[in-house]
Amino acid sequence: MTTANASTQPLFTISADNWKLAILIGFFASVLAAIALPASVSFWIVGIIAALIAATFVVNAYRRKYYGGLLVAPAIAVLFVMNIFPLLWSLGLSFFAYQSNQQSIRFVGLNNYIKVLTNDITAPDNWDALINTAMFVVFTVSAQMIVGFLLALLFAKQFPLRKYLLILVLTPMMLSVVASGVFFTYYFDPTFGILSYVMGNITGEQFILMDNKVGAVAGIVFADAWMWSPFVMLLVLAGLVSVPKYLYEAAAIDRVGSWRRFWTITFPYIRGLLMLALLFRTIEAFKLADLVILLTKGGNDTMTISYHLIRIANEQNKTSEGAAISYVMLFMVIVLTNLYLYLANRRSQES
Amino acid sequence: MSAVPSILEKLGFRKASGVGEAGWGHTLLVVVVAFIYFLPVLMIIFTALKPATEALSVPPTLSPTSLFGLIPEQFVFAPTLENFTSVFSRSMTVGGAPEDTGFDRFFFNSIVIASVSVLLALIIGTLAAYGFSRYPLKGNDTYLFIILTTRMLPAIVVIIPVILMFRVVGLSGSYIGIIMLYTAFNLAFTIWMMKSFFDELSPDVEDAARIDGSSEAKVFLKICLPQVVAGLAATFVFGLILTWNEFLFALLLTGVDTRTVPVAMNQAVSSGGRGTDWTLLASIETLFLIPVFLVTFFLQNHLLRGVTFGTVKR
Repeated sequence: MTTANASTQPLFTISADNWKLAILIGFFASVLAAIALPASVSFWIVGIIAALIAATFVVNAYRRKYYGGLLVAPAIAVLFVMNIFPLLWSLGLSFFAYQSNQQSIRFVGLNNYIKVLTNDITAPDNWDALINTAMFVVFTVSAQMIVGFLLALLFAKQFPLRKYLLILVLTPMMLSVVASGVFFTYYFDPTFGILSYVMGNITGEQFILMDNKVGAVAGIVFADAWMWSPFVMLLVLAGLVSVPKYLYEAAAIDRVGSWRRFWTITFPYIRGLLMLALLFRTIEAFKLADLVILLTKGGNDTMTISYHLIRIANEQNKTSEGAAISYVMLFMVIVLTNLYLYLANRRSQES
Repeated sequence: MSAVPSILEKLGFRKASGVGEAGWGHTLLVVVVAFIYFLPVLMIIFTALKPATEALSVPPTLSPTSLFGLIPEQFVFAPTLENFTSVFSRSMTVGGAPEDTGFDRFFFNSIVIASVSVLLALIIGTLAAYGFSRYPLKGNDTYLFIILTTRMLPAIVVIIPVILMFRVVGLSGSYIGIIMLYTAFNLAFTIWMMKSFFDELSPDVEDAARIDGSSEAKVFLKICLPQVVAGLAATFVFGLILTWNEFLFALLLTGVDTRTVPVAMNQAVSSGGRGTDWTLLASIETLFLIPVFLVTFFLQNHLLRGVTFGTVKR
């Protein structure tokens, strides 16, 4: 066991395991390199500094038999290079005027954010994109939760052929979004699609699903819910099969009604997983773009903020404005997820 | 006679008894629900078997067989396997000679990129998860939350700087770049999942082994790892499903040589301005579904058990 004394080391001692000093020097060196040198050079400098800091961590950990640090280090390194560093880069980028198809770059401070929050997002079109996103989040997530939950109830029992039927229900999740999205345009097609054929035979008129907002939204929500309900199902199912059988047996002896049995026995076991499914699906729904691109291309007022961002950043090459929108979006997602986590924690403390 | 019960048992034909077991009536209900749920996939598979001329027939042809006269003749088509060969080799111009489409390469790319990155994430993530679980750092929970946050972020937020970074370093269009990116994206999930598995294990066995003089490495490899095989399988399947079908990163970060099937599929069916080639798309997707379907099927028992152990405190 390491004592408190061993873990505190003077900051400015130059030694192979003084990682605090390495970080301090590394940070300033990286900032200097990023400002003074062209990006292609400064990237490698930052990379080498990161490797050196990692090395000091390893030496430090090894000298103190600090296995936790050693085991965690590779994961932290990969995450830093591929996730955290790009995020900090884009945060920096959002304060510059930069377009990826041009060489010029200049500092504009908060202008991108001001632009995004006053002219861009608040322009009527873009407010619509935000409201649409909120609408899709509510509809797709609630549809997935309900369908997934009902499917899980069906599969929670042991019955013949269960294994083979379960894989059929899981298949939609395994499809590529490209294929399933394009095929939903085929199913919804006014001339060739199965839906229009069936509806046409029933009503006697040509049925076009995607020609108004309600139909377009319904089509997208249906496709998305169909693909991702199995995800919710799998998580809920995991909770349902983990409920100890003796609880149900005891409830049967006490003649507890099925409604009450669900709320007092089953629900506490699946609440955490329901919350997890809700969290993951909400985050995903906030990013909804692929199905919209494939099914409506943003037509019929189905533009989402994520698709809007792809257009600005990728098609119009307004990189730094895109980064600013990203951070506004990120802020909203973090607020939303923290709200979830807060509510989830409060609920579990109450019970 | 002796082999029959075991096969039936494998299929799940056990006597329905006790709580939570249901019989054939329930099976019938689930068969109907599962069939309806599977129907869109089935229609993709059937479209892959249609002759190209019938892809857009009105009324739509639905089935390769009339099921002994159950389905009216107008909805039945004659199945063909032609579309599957045209995935790999077909004529690009009208009346031209068949050309190699390069799809064998794209399938190879998809398999390599997905399996390598998911396995890498599994190795690195399992080590980290074991570290977080057994040797808690100062501020352990904060590290874990930051790692989870990388999963919470919309992919869009990361994609712009990653494109710039890869362009600068020359990693765009290379295997290493996309594999590293996918590894990072699978890591957060892997760490959280595997950590909860390690947390479930009883430390008594490990302590006993330590007292007997086992090294830390031996405790990890010989005692802890065999107990979480189910979790490894489950994490592998989840990671594989997500990585296998990933489109946005692959579209923006792979080159001609490293293109994955989802990207190539998108280009193959929408190129040439002739509208979507339905039978082609369906046959690519059907072929593309097979590997991940088989992996999921064979690891299914682990998957269900794995999720249970991984997320529910007992």
